[in-house]
This record gives sequence, structure tokens and C-alpha cells, in this order.
Amino acid sequence: MEPFRPFSARLVPVVVDDVDTDQIIPARFLKVTDKVGLGQKLFSDWRYEADGSPKPSFPLNDSRYAGAQILLSGHNFGCGSSREHAPWSLVDYGLRAVIATSFADIFKGNALKNGLLPIELEPAHHAALRARLEADPSVEVKVDLDAQTITLPDGTTSSFPVDPFAKRMLLEGVDELGYLLAREPAIAAFEASRG
Amino acid sequence: MRLSQGKTLFEKVWETHLVAEEPGAPAVVYIDLHLVHEVTSPQAFTGLAARGLKVRRPERTKATMDHSTPTRKSSDGRFVFVDEQNRAQLEVLRANCEAHGIELFALGDARNGIVHVVGPELGLTHPGMTIVCGDSHTSTHGAFGALAFGIGTSQVEHVLATQCLLHARPKTFRVTFEGAPGPGVSAKDLILALIARIGVGGATGHVLEYAGPAIEALDMEGRMTVCNMSIEAGAKAGMIAADDKTFAYLEGRERAPKGADFAAAVDRWRGLVSDADASFDRELTIDAASLVPRLTWGTNPGMGVGIDEPVPDPATLSDVQAKEATQKALAYMGLEAGKPLLGREVDVVFIGSCTNSRISDLRAAAQIFEGRKVASGLRALVVPGSHEVKKQAEAEGLDRVFVEAGAEWREPGCSMCIAMNGDEIGPGQVAVSTSNRNFEGRQGKGGRTLLASPYTAAAAAVTGKVTDPRTLLSR
Repeated sequence: MEPFRPFSARLVPVVVDDVDTDQIIPARFLKVTDKVGLGQKLFSDWRYEADGSPKPSFPLNDSRYAGAQILLSGHNFGCGSSREHAPWSLVDYGLRAVIATSFADIFKGNALKNGLLPIELEPAHHAALRARLEADPSVEVKVDLDAQTITLPDGTTSSFPVDPFAKRMLLEGVDELGYLLAREPAIAAFEASRG
Repeated sequence: MRLSQGKTLFEKVWETHLVAEEPGAPAVVYIDLHLVHEVTSPQAFTGLAARGLKVRRPERTKATMDHSTPTRKSSDGRFVFVDEQNRAQLEVLRANCEAHGIELFALGDARNGIVHVVGPELGLTHPGMTIVCGDSHTSTHGAFGALAFGIGTSQVEHVLATQCLLHARPKTFRVTFEGAPGPGVSAKDLILALIARIGVGGATGHVLEYAGPAIEALDMEGRMTVCNMSIEAGAKAGMIAADDKTFAYLEGRERAPKGADFAAAVDRWRGLVSDADASFDRELTIDAASLVPRLTWGTNPGMGVGIDEPVPDPATLSDVQAKEATQKALAYMGLEAGKPLLGREVDVVFIGSCTNSRISDLRAAAQIFEGRKVASGLRALVVPGSHEVKKQAEAEGLDRVFVEAGAEWREPGCSMCIAMNGDEIGPGQVAVSTSNRNFEGRQGKGGRTLLASPYTAAAAAVTGKVTDPRTLLSR
């Protein structure tokens, strides 16, 4: 993984509570054995008409949000199944962060392991950001993981929590498996102690 | 500050599996049993290969095929695949298991079935174990006093490579079900009641422990149904203390300890209860005696009502987000605000899934089907959770009850719960389903799912509409 550096990007709003992973990527697209092209399936049932053409009303198809790298959603984003295809599809689409008021546990863990930053905002800050985006769909937000802040062009800054270990992994661009593999002596000792 | 000295069941299991705890890092937790299926494992094996790693403990890893498996056989006894991608996914799992020496319960094998049905059934699931699987319903195994939870594919790779996971310590949340539920009110209704009460994010960050007389009174299969849906409240896991029912269930199972080993194991397992003076981060009590059969009306498992209640009316909701969500869900489901679900016409009934496909579930459904016919124009699908369940049901003649009623009796698998294998409902169709998720399109694009118990699903099948099963059980 690339180290997670500060970046500025536009947002796309899918501000619905309890967005489940079946909406992020429907189960019929889980028959794959790789991670290729999942971005095209992202939000498939909300994004495309029955004939496969884009639904104009869905924000991912709205030219005002073209090029967005941050998804703005609601409460409890990513609930439901453990499928890592959810963050894979978000990342493959070109998203680098999701802003919500809370995240489901498994999704949050999966996202962090794929360089997709789950940004949990206080409801008041979330509401303010949503209003700002409605007023100006092209507004850019600066995301700084090291400082744990997002900043609007007018300087308004909101901070967000991140697990310190996950933060370190993202900033250094390393994954957890390396850490676990380095614990081999402790793992072997644990196994030996149980007989 | 923690005043008591006692430990919760969760703490007892957690603390005996800590390999390392370093400052600034999550705990390294040892995993006793890793269950693998075809959907969430291929990319993990690819990751292992890319690093030149092997599976550290193949004997602690067991694989089954369930999500992409057909439930239909042709007249010459061959499985009917609707999509070559399904077949290819099974072949990738087979090749990965062969390459790494992992035991596989392949399609058609006598031990094959849904991962959370076969684990307990074979006696692989033991009290006090840590169990993971790339599947959020792994919480099912918590019914045995195990700490069991779903993981993503990256973590599948971690466990394959190291038999360990990095995990921050979750909080604890005890839910006590007081009283005794009435006839026709089952384990499914208990867990649906809890999820409706606390919401689909209500237990995020917590391990649930289910306790109280109504839980103790459940058999092991009912306890599995309850623990299965812990994730639908956002919980990390769900657990139930081990007791004599747990031990009796496991005794004699193929992979359970035998003879003196079993007796010694039971001595250890008896301690797997929360101490009387243990404290939980959160507690909630639910009166099981007041519960009625339940259904979901909306598009997540928390959107549920008692069978005699109307669906909500957004006009009465003050919270803007809740109002919007309710309107959206009612529109998707084609429901009118404030109207009862009773009498709502039903197109499809699905009895199956890791929630409700065990022999007791099929017996419950058969009680309603017996001597009745599936309503005209309705499609009813009964899918046993494993070959073992199928064999037992056929020995008891349950298959004949279903078939004579006009239902389809299928081969085991996840089937219409996740609709990956061709078993699906059509756009706009209404299904009463014993599965665990009513998300938009979960059982087929555009489909509408009402989650319910096997009694309530069977009652819908024979009447063609949402019906209180108690009216059919009391004749």
C-alpha cells in the first residue's frame, strides 16, 4: 500500500443512514475470485436502471460530483455482511475516504486495511458539511490523517478519531500481516504453552 | 472504574487467547478454528501466494462450499449450475484446499452444508473456542459459549498465515430475556425483538451475551438462531453460557472429544459462564413473555413489528433522518404507512439459511404444512442447512410433508438467503423468509423480504398472506 498522504478532493453525497454492504455491492457480484473491476458494480442497484443505463438521479451519475474522491454518507455506514468487496469496490471506483457519523465495525476494519479512510464526524459537523456541499457541489475538502482533521476552503476544521495503530499502518503504508508475522516467536510460544 | 472481581463469559474466552498485547497496538488473539467458504477466501489465498506464505495450521482450518452451490439436481443426479462463475469459484476453493492441505466439505459430500450449520453439527464448535470465518454470521457459534465473529478477506489471509488476528478489545453488553414466550413464539422472534429495540447499529463495538430464563429454555438450535443475528444489531459477536444442553448436544458428535477426553472437556467448559459479580458495559432486559410472532416490514432487520402491529407512519416521526428512512423503506416495500402487515399478500416463502435451516426449524415449519397445501400461485422453497439435516428430515418424513403440501425440497446451501446461486425472488415480489437480511435486493434484485420465524413463514405459505401462525397451531 502507498503511504496515506494529505489530499484535497471533492465529495459525492449518498447521505442515507444504515447503508448496508448489499447496497454497496450486491451479492451477485461476489462470484469473482479477484478484485478487478468492482468499482463498476459499486452501488449497482441504486446507480443503474434495469437496462443498465445510469440513473440520472443517483449522485454518482451527477456531473456536479464528477471526480469526487470522498463519499459523504449517514449513520452506521457499511452495516451487514463482512464482504471486503465493499471497500474494494469503493477504492476501485476512485474513493479514498468515506465520511459518516458512524461506521459498522467489520466495514471500518476492512476499509482501513485497504487504504480507504473512514472519517467519523460529530453529527453537527456532519450536518454543516452536508449543507456546505448542497450549497456548493464543487467544494473541496482537505483530509489530513496525521492531524486527524478535515478542512474546508474557508478554514473550517473538524477533527475525527482514528485507531492509533491503524493510523500508523496507513501513514507508513504497511499492512497488519507484516506485524503479525513478526510476532511469530510469541505465537509459537503460545501454542507450545497450550500443549 | 471496575468494582467487581468477577469475569464475563467473553472476558474468560478473550483472556485465554491473548498471544501478545503491546502498547499502541491491538491484541494479538489466537484463533482455534478458522472456517472458510468459497466467496470470501479466494483473494486471501492469492495474497498468501504473493507473499510465498503457507497456511500455518491447516488442521485448524475447515472449508465448506455453501454460498455459490446449486440446490437443484437434474434427473440424472447432477447439480445444476446456473452460472459458470459459481462453478469456477467452487473449483478455486477446491484447488486452494488441496494446495494447502485443508479439509474441505465439498459440494455433495455427506458433511457439506452451510458453514454455520456444519461446524456445530460435526462437533467442531466447542465452548471457549475462538472461531472466525469470512462471514458475518459466524456469531452463530457463540451459542456454545465460543467467541465467534465474522472477518474480512484481509483477515482471512492473516489467520491463514499466522492463526492469529489483531483485535482491539470489544465492550460487553448483556441482554436478559425474562419470562417464557408463548406458543408459536420462537428464538427468531426473540432476536428480531431485540434488533427492533436497539436498531441495526445498536450493539456496535460490543459483544452481546444473551441470558435469562427464555434463553436457558431454548434448545441449542434456538440459541444458534439468536446468536446468528447478533451482527444484525451491529454486534461483534453474540454468546450464550455453556450448560448441560450444550454438552449434551456435543456428546457423540463426530469431531467432539470422546470418552475421558469429553468428560475432562466438560469439566473445563462448565466454567464458561459469566460470574455472578461480573459487570457489563451495557445491560438490557426484555420481557419474553410479552412477545408475539414478529416480522420485519422494512429494508433492514431493525425495521420490525409484532405481527399484530401496524407498520410505522412517517408522519408521526419527529427525527428527520428516521422519517426519511421510513418513507424510503415503505416505498421500496410497497407498503402503506400505518397499515397492518397481517393479510399482506405473499409471492414466495423461503425456509432455510444459517439462521433457520436446522432440523428443529424444519419440524416447526412441517407442523404448519402438515395436512395443508401451499397457497395457489405461491412458491415455497425449503432448503435444509446441511446434508445431515436433509438426511434427518427425510428419515422423519418431513420432506414428504413439504412436497405433498406443494413446496420445493432442495439440496442444502445458503440459497435464497443471498441469491448467489440462481435461487432468487423477482422484482417487486414479496417473500416471507426465515433468513437474516431484508436489505434491498438481498434475495433478488428488486425483491421485498419480510423476515420471520419458520412458523410464520410456513403460515404465509399455506395461506398466501401474512398470517399469525398461532391461529394455525392451535387447531
